[in-house]
Amino acid sequence: MPTLTIDGIEVEVEAGLTVLQACEQAGIEIPRFCYHERLSVAGNCRMCLVEMERAPKPVASCAMPVGDGMVITTNSPAVKKMREGVMEFLLINHPLDCPICDQGGECDLQDQALGYGLDRSRYTEQKRAVKDKDLGPLIGTEMTRCIHCTRCIRFSSEVAGVPEMGATGRGEHMEVGTYIEKALTSELSGNMIDLCPVGALTSKPYAFSARPWELKKTESIDVMDAVGTAIRVDTRGPEVMRVLPRLNEDVNEEWISDKGRFACDGLKRQRLDTPYVRRDGALQPATWDDAFAAIAENLKGQDGSSFAAIAGDMACVESMTALKNLSEALGSNNTDCRADGAALDAGTRAGYLFNTTIAGIDDSDACLIIGSNPRREAPVINARIRKRYLMGGFKAGLVGESVDLTYACDNLGAGVETLNEILEGKHAFSKVLKNAKKPMLILGQGALMRSDGAAVLGLARKLAEAYDMVTDGWNGFNVLHTAAARVGGLDIGFVPSKGGLDVAGILDGAVSGKIKTVYLLGADEIDTSKLANAFVIYQGHHGDAGAHAADVVLPGAAYTEKNATYVNTEGRIQHTRLAVFPPGDAREDWTIIRALSDVLGKTLPCNSLDDVRSRMAAMNPVFGGEELVTAEWGTFGSDGAIESGGFASCIETYYMTDPISRNSETMARCIRALYGDSEGKTGTDG
Amino acid sequence: MSTDEKTIEQPVSFEFSDENREKIKAQLAKYPKGKQASGVMPLLDLAQRQSGGWLPRAAMDHVAEVLDMAPIRVYEVATFYTMYNLKPIGDHHVQVCTNVPCWLRGSDNVVSACRKKLGIEFGETTEDGKFTLSEVECQGACVNAPMVLIGDDFYEDLDEGSMAAILDELQGGGTPTPGPQNDRKGCEPLGGLTSLKDQKGDG
Repeated sequence: MPTLTIDGIEVEVEAGLTVLQACEQAGIEIPRFCYHERLSVAGNCRMCLVEMERAPKPVASCAMPVGDGMVITTNSPAVKKMREGVMEFLLINHPLDCPICDQGGECDLQDQALGYGLDRSRYTEQKRAVKDKDLGPLIGTEMTRCIHCTRCIRFSSEVAGVPEMGATGRGEHMEVGTYIEKALTSELSGNMIDLCPVGALTSKPYAFSARPWELKKTESIDVMDAVGTAIRVDTRGPEVMRVLPRLNEDVNEEWISDKGRFACDGLKRQRLDTPYVRRDGALQPATWDDAFAAIAENLKGQDGSSFAAIAGDMACVESMTALKNLSEALGSNNTDCRADGAALDAGTRAGYLFNTTIAGIDDSDACLIIGSNPRREAPVINARIRKRYLMGGFKAGLVGESVDLTYACDNLGAGVETLNEILEGKHAFSKVLKNAKKPMLILGQGALMRSDGAAVLGLARKLAEAYDMVTDGWNGFNVLHTAAARVGGLDIGFVPSKGGLDVAGILDGAVSGKIKTVYLLGADEIDTSKLANAFVIYQGHHGDAGAHAADVVLPGAAYTEKNATYVNTEGRIQHTRLAVFPPGDAREDWTIIRALSDVLGKTLPCNSLDDVRSRMAAMNPVFGGEELVTAEWGTFGSDGAIESGGFASCIETYYMTDPISRNSETMARCIRALYGDSEGKTGTDG
Repeated sequence: MSTDEKTIEQPVSFEFSDENREKIKAQLAKYPKGKQASGVMPLLDLAQRQSGGWLPRAAMDHVAEVLDMAPIRVYEVATFYTMYNLKPIGDHHVQVCTNVPCWLRGSDNVVSACRKKLGIEFGETTEDGKFTLSEVECQGACVNAPMVLIGDDFYEDLDEGSMAAILDELQGGGTPTPGPQNDRKGCEPLGGLTSLKDQKGDG
């Protein structure tokens, strides 16, 4: 390991690092604009200049590999003067519009100009002005501010894998953009806003709405998909202003999908802020007492077996725990959290988790994707697979619809026939899996939502076992979830017990009259037309499909409005935090069920969040333990016959999958921009 | 680049001719497998020639498709080099070098001859669509400065008179002889060799 001296401090660093990284390890901060640790080195901003002994000129520390015995100076007057020179050049064409710039207060250029900028400009000639680009409904541009660091260009071609940004023209006329006017099609495009060190790329929906120092920042978890992206919710008063990603190397690194970032404006529309009771055929505002009384009236004298509960895609573990307990108290076994009908087996935890873990993708060397489009279902995980692909020595194959996943991925076939061929070793990909040291497979919900889903699950398990995907210290069997609530629901056993009905059974039962009361806990992705004969209680935060079918609506809290537990697709237990209070009369979800249980005379023994959480731990010890535990392998799925026919992804339109994103104007604009005006494109196009 | 090239009328599609497809094969044979993107410049040149001296967007997209590149990567190359024209040009593209060696040797006079004769400024095309005048950086013929590039030919050792004569001839439909417009032979000293006169050379 090379040893070098930086400002008199001797540090030993890994070979292959750059001088800039070595400086950071020595605790010295080097100013930079173009350098970013997750992107390739560009070396074009020159802000990171340092002095190197025996070098005739200053060196760009971001592009200089460390060498043994190097002597680096970062704090000499000469270095300061060099950086001041670079800064002066950068500011020549940068407008002095900080007071009206959205980046103000969180701008790298502003911050570093404080350290290296002159107090006045010596430049008297015309400044350059650049026409703004239209990059679609998410990213606003003010290209005159661009300092040509090329981070956005490198991000789009390296991380996102959708090379649409580029630098056209040259010299004074160089411009960053897409050249032809078009909306960016990456599901990760919003990250360019964070990467932009100046205010050239800014968030369009958030434009001119707040200053960073007036926002309250709450660390939380995203629930728009099942990745469990770490987020920071920025709020002002009762309003969520924006959502930003937080660093979590194990999950999202520092990226976030566009839906997670931009759908938050859906939190302001169509909210349920007061209870409703259906009177004379129409839902009418009511008090909590009225709503509970209506439910009590309905349940009076009713047998428990005619009560059913379905948990939706965004339900937290706390509320599902309370509802499960209430159902049991009422004598009902008809509870199901698999609103999409996926044939997941709650019995074996390894059978419904992304066991490899997201960070574990980095270690795998072959990946078989079954009935999934990870680019749409979990863009951040897809970026991780792409990252693994770019490292080399990685083969990916897809069974299902042919899609552009942003990395080389052979389409092996459409459906079950191909899976059987692979299992029998007759397919070319069998060899790839056989020779791989750490093979993995990703099973999408699209393959499990079919009527023969259990058999597909069983087949996938056999595949995993046949190709030694499950060994000591490695589990290559992965289920990719799309609903943030699903794993948590399965963990507490929110599934039919002792002959209870599943979602399909409940819906059919509601039609036949066997099921009289259905409790929908944020469940909107079901066929609500089948519920016409039943008494429907809807608890949730948006007036969506579920609320329209309801007889009693109980207003709950969205993920930004409660301290709640979500388990991501890996089985990682994470907590959202209350950033704003629920609107109007809406309440945190578990408290609603607790209050209802009191009215029904089945009082649940939990009076605080801690009580609920200890009940969760009692139902499944994982909730009492560490954030992420390895699940034991077991038997799951069935051996049944599988119908032929191809697998399809479970997500048709990426931008609208849940009540929040369906109510988001930004997401609606995305759909218009990407699918609205082009012929021959469907919701599943890239 | 200026924005006006985005507003010009673009042909809907572009396909390489059979003849050019043969040439592409020869070009791409020069590069290792998987590195065919290196051939983007010669391919753009072929596309430009086939499209009548300029590169429509469809042609750039087609090149991207042939080379399996992202279209933006092709746009980057095409906008970087002055040799690619992103809007239609006249029959004769007169590209005057105004870099230091040419300027010291009188490129100002060459430029004014062009302006006077054609009645247009840099970046403009004559109304009859015959001439486009451009200012370019060094073309590497400094030894015979000042020079202009018209089409594929260098015209060197120019002055106001010879430049006007060349334009006249082009206007009349003729083909002026390329190379030095004085008595210089190639890039030998003006007035014949001054040294190594008795050397026959080896060809």
